[in-house]
Amino acid sequence: MNPLILRTSVRIHLYLLTLFSFYLLIRGHNEPGGGFIAGLLTASAMVLQALAFDARYASSLVPVREQTLIGLGLLLAVGTGVASMLFGRPFLDHVFHHTFLPFLGEVELASAVVFDIGVYLVVVGVAKWTILTVATGRAGQSGPGS
Amino acid sequence: MSPNGLALPVVLPMLTGIALILLPRRAEWQRRISAVSTAVGFLIAVALIRQVRAEGIQVLYVGDFPAPFGIVFVGDLLSTLLVALNMLVAAAVLWYAFLTMDPERERFFFYPLFQFLLMGINGAFLTGDIFNLFVWFEVLLIASYILLTLGGEPYQLQEGFKYVMINMLASTLFLVSVSVLYGTLGTLNMADMAVKIAEVKDSPVVAIASVLLLIVFGIKAAIFPLYFWLPRSYVAPPGAVTAFFGGVMTKVGVYAMVRVYTLLFGVDDGFTYTLLVWIAGLSMVVGILGTLAQMDFKRILTWHIISQIGYMVMGLAIFTPLALAGAIYYVAHIMVVKTALFLASGVTEKLTGTTNLKKMSGLLTTHPALGALFFVGGLSLAGVPPLSGFFGKFTLIQAGLAEGRYGIVATAVGVSLFTLFSMIKIFRTSFWGEVRHKAAADRAVDLRTYGALLGPLALLVAVSVGMGLGAQFTVGYVLESAHQLLQPSLYIQAVLGSGLGS
Repeated sequence: MNPLILRTSVRIHLYLLTLFSFYLLIRGHNEPGGGFIAGLLTASAMVLQALAFDARYASSLVPVREQTLIGLGLLLAVGTGVASMLFGRPFLDHVFHHTFLPFLGEVELASAVVFDIGVYLVVVGVAKWTILTVATGRAGQSGPGS
Repeated sequence: MSPNGLALPVVLPMLTGIALILLPRRAEWQRRISAVSTAVGFLIAVALIRQVRAEGIQVLYVGDFPAPFGIVFVGDLLSTLLVALNMLVAAAVLWYAFLTMDPERERFFFYPLFQFLLMGINGAFLTGDIFNLFVWFEVLLIASYILLTLGGEPYQLQEGFKYVMINMLASTLFLVSVSVLYGTLGTLNMADMAVKIAEVKDSPVVAIASVLLLIVFGIKAAIFPLYFWLPRSYVAPPGAVTAFFGGVMTKVGVYAMVRVYTLLFGVDDGFTYTLLVWIAGLSMVVGILGTLAQMDFKRILTWHIISQIGYMVMGLAIFTPLALAGAIYYVAHIMVVKTALFLASGVTEKLTGTTNLKKMSGLLTTHPALGALFFVGGLSLAGVPPLSGFFGKFTLIQAGLAEGRYGIVATAVGVSLFTLFSMIKIFRTSFWGEVRHKAAADRAVDLRTYGALLGPLALLVAVSVGMGLGAQFTVGYVLESAHQLLQPSLYIQAVLGSGLGS
């Protein structure tokens, strides 16, 4: 079987879903959205690729090792909490600052976004790992399997 | 240390776990980093205890959100003591794991998972928010699911499946009872809840939630009749994991029980007391009957866990300062001694290749040091003075007699005798007698490895002896901590008093 329609539409969906997930990630601080849901959306984009093509291709779209993604994500998330301790503030305290950026106008930059990015990376890492494990029947590392 | 110190027992294991994931999976680095981190964690916990003793209950408003809106971390004498003991036992278990863990498991994230487990346990001890307590339970459970099944042996998967299922059920009930409480009281902060519960006196909904929570924590703590998952699942993973689970995991459930009953619900003389005292007595008896039926070193010890949980619940049921002090002392004592005995069973397994008592004997001839350490640990578990077990039981029984609870006191004393009997059974069959097991000649455990294996065991036995010999100090400490628990106003004042002002 050659799922031509699926493959063609999925190519477009990849960009739409990824873009939308970034949008959710950024707006999540004050409005519905956030790192977790954005990560799930990116993961669903990967799963679609895996269905239409194959798992290894789908995971190669995120060319970072899954362990590194999870580790870095956790580090970013905890890092925002620990950073506030370094300034003598309570753990996980956060700051935000209104600033003017070219083209974008007045935006609010919040340290909580870094936390969200960390969560996002963890979710994407876990998704990649799961896709690979389910598809290849091997745990732990990317590599030839099945 | 600023109040931020309270976050360190959670943040440190987490950072360590992350570092261990990111760094190359070279065994020696994984070991060194976990060892240093756990030792530092223990020192931090000791510093926290000193701070709490000097300045009273410490509160950290996470994210600077005032209570009761944000999550708080609360360090009182009990929670900081348990964090310190957790780190101490973890250090000993890690030491043992360095020597025994197989390379395959080490490569598959054993050390990072262990750190995440420590993070979850410390978080559960320190949090002052009941939903956050649920979250920490999940953190430690997920780490424990993986540690239990890591290696993927059929028996591990079989028992791991049941363990996951029963804990999922418990977590669901936990969530239900938290939502019921939130729906009724409109708050999740435990100090604030205590205030609200005092206002709504005798609300049936709160009573239902309290029994639901008892079931939830009862499943985690393996009290009668919710213990059935424990004896089989705890023997499945490798020795180091079994030792840590047996020593520490169920005590998180006991801690949660003590916390919610002292702070939120209280133990009245009627229904709650009757319920708790029956649970305590039956847990003791059923647990000890289980040990009598077994002829397997590890299984005897896992059944003992249930019996010992009964003593802790007994202290909670009697609910006087002395009784609670006894319960806390008992928790501390069991965390140390139980782990030591499990480590002893692990060493024995390494030497003889079996945990079946019928297949080994005469270890005292070939390995006297192990025999001596096990002997001291076993006597301590049974409650022979001047070891730590004696003071726990003595305090509990004294408290029971002072309150005229003769039935439970008689049970406790009787069960103690059987505990001694089962320890003697192990000692008699495996350490005395002719050398019958396929001796060290077959199993290549050379003398240096054997000596090293005794290290963590000796450390824990020494702590137990120290706790007993220094009873003046240790009993004083738990009494102080019991008084603190029975005055919830101190806790509430610490959390809400300054929180509302800021």
